[in-house]
Amino acid sequence: MNNLLKSREALLALAILVLLAVIATRFPAFIEPRNLANVFNDTSPLIILAIGQMVVILTKCIDLSVAATLALCGMVAAMLNGAGVPLPLILLAAVVLGAVLGSVNGLLVWKVDIPPIVVTLGTMTIYRGIIFLISDGKWINAHQMTAGFKDLPRAELFGIHVMSWIALAVIAAAVVLLTRTPLGRSFYAVGGNPHAAVYTGINVGRTQFVAFVISGALAGLTGYLWVARYAVAYVDIAGGFELDVVAACVIGGIAIAGGAGTIAGAVLGALFLGVIKNALPVVGISPFWQLAISGSAIILAVAFNARQGRSRGRIILKSAEHRA
Amino acid sequence: MTEISAAPRVIPDRLTSPLARALRSWEALLVVVAVAVFAINSFASPYFLNAWNLSDATFNFTEKAMIAFAMAMLIIAGEIDLSVASIIALASTAMGIAMTAGFDTPALVAVGIGTGVLCGALNGVFVARLGLPSIVVTIGTMSLFRGISTIVLGDEAFTNYPDSFAWFGQGYVWWVFSFELVLFAVLAVVFFVLLHRTNFGRSVYAIGNNPTAALFSGIRVNRVRFILFLLTGLMSGIAAVCLTSRLGSTRPSIATGMELEVVTMVVLGGVNILGGSGRIMGVVLAAIIMGLVTFGFGLLNVPGIVMSIFLGLLLISVIAVPRLLAKVRK
Repeated sequence: MNNLLKSREALLALAILVLLAVIATRFPAFIEPRNLANVFNDTSPLIILAIGQMVVILTKCIDLSVAATLALCGMVAAMLNGAGVPLPLILLAAVVLGAVLGSVNGLLVWKVDIPPIVVTLGTMTIYRGIIFLISDGKWINAHQMTAGFKDLPRAELFGIHVMSWIALAVIAAAVVLLTRTPLGRSFYAVGGNPHAAVYTGINVGRTQFVAFVISGALAGLTGYLWVARYAVAYVDIAGGFELDVVAACVIGGIAIAGGAGTIAGAVLGALFLGVIKNALPVVGISPFWQLAISGSAIILAVAFNARQGRSRGRIILKSAEHRA
Repeated sequence: MTEISAAPRVIPDRLTSPLARALRSWEALLVVVAVAVFAINSFASPYFLNAWNLSDATFNFTEKAMIAFAMAMLIIAGEIDLSVASIIALASTAMGIAMTAGFDTPALVAVGIGTGVLCGALNGVFVARLGLPSIVVTIGTMSLFRGISTIVLGDEAFTNYPDSFAWFGQGYVWWVFSFELVLFAVLAVVFFVLLHRTNFGRSVYAIGNNPTAALFSGIRVNRVRFILFLLTGLMSGIAAVCLTSRLGSTRPSIATGMELEVVTMVVLGGVNILGGSGRIMGVVLAAIIMGLVTFGFGLLNVPGIVMSIFLGLLLISVIAVPRLLAKVRK
């Protein structure tokens, strides 16, 4: 199984390399290190959100409210900036608010037992609506933001943007969390077999709750980065972005039924979409194609993953599996 | 997660009477809510109690409800289709192309409905034939279908639909009864019969409760699933004809977010999101309630996005309240 998973990520990495090679044959400038760093930087929000989404999907849930959470935290960050709050506090507020919004999802799933898709479909519209209520539908534009607020994600450290560094830090933290801590392993256990997880002493609902909090907190962090980088905040920022995030996970081989997937997969899935998005205008294809391409990529990826996962063993003790 | 209860089931000496059961049903609650919404609206706005205004209000739910009937069956069978709004976009775009090519109204309707059926068939093949999870497949086709329509349309729009085409969305059969309202009523009856009075309907419940048991009792599970996706595509196609005709145009953003409203309608109608139970009557009532609420808010000049907050809260609380009550009772 381990080899199979490894080869899946290797295949995806290969696909990205082939994609880059094809683009490079006509536009060599695309694969210059400087441009590749830009592509990575541009994909950073997607990578961060995909990691949060992956943790949620691992526990057999799904979080469709990430983009709305991002937008709400971004708007609050921009408003706090307007009120003269210092930057470290704004960052903290964005992350905490994201975690709170995530915990609302988590509590509804954990304590009220509502299916995650219903919860997050609902909170998705509620969070978007709240942005409208607090902002009165108005935009916060670049000239209304302080320079320090806008400059942080774009500042360079060792030649790489701070936003990329943050993405790299999130990747590193997630790898440690998922592979080296009991909590990380319990995410896999809960998704792989919730009933077995209960017998090993794991609180399934609480683990799912924690997953939603992580996803929300990362969305909050991304909310600040997004608003600061594009220097604008309004109701509809990152509209429909939750689909890109789920797409990145599916392409990265995260099993939608839970319990299987790696950080490398999620990151590569996000990079795959990021490379396509950045290459389209270079190659001269209208950006209107992007939606259809990512849709096809989702379907191809899930079909491919299903073929690989087909050879499962027989389930014995089926009664135990159906009971709870 | 639910725990295993060891208590013996209480078998009552006498079954509760049908009337008592009907009064305690979800549908009874919905009727009460509908009456309340109607009463509040009548007090809140002097323009509400007017036959023509109420007729206008029905346009708020007729198209969504058509899809919701098929979606209800799909959800009862344990599947979901999040691509319905994108099917509308693609079907509407296809009609726009046909219109530009010089086809007349009957051909446009055929193209719209045909596109819907094809899209539904594609979803059905992925789910029923290839065995992929419907939520991922339809998230994918949701991007794909709207993506294709975005490629075709770019930032432009199809307008100039022929005058005779406008009848489906703007025409009236008799007095204040619009074509869409009559179609809604007819489809409600058709789906009621299909779900509650046919073998096919029973097999939908059986699959939703236990697909393995359904398979072993001789139900062709995957064929039923495929037909359900086909039906949802068909209804989305019909809704696309009505919506395009009503708006008189096709834009890339047509029907965005409608999948959420359709799912909300179905769940509000008492259909279990996990499959296995639900009735068409509930969906009909939920459609009317949502239509009245939207219309009432509209008369009071409440912005659309505030209405969507209300819908989101409604969706969650409708599921949460009964579960919390059950917990408290324990």
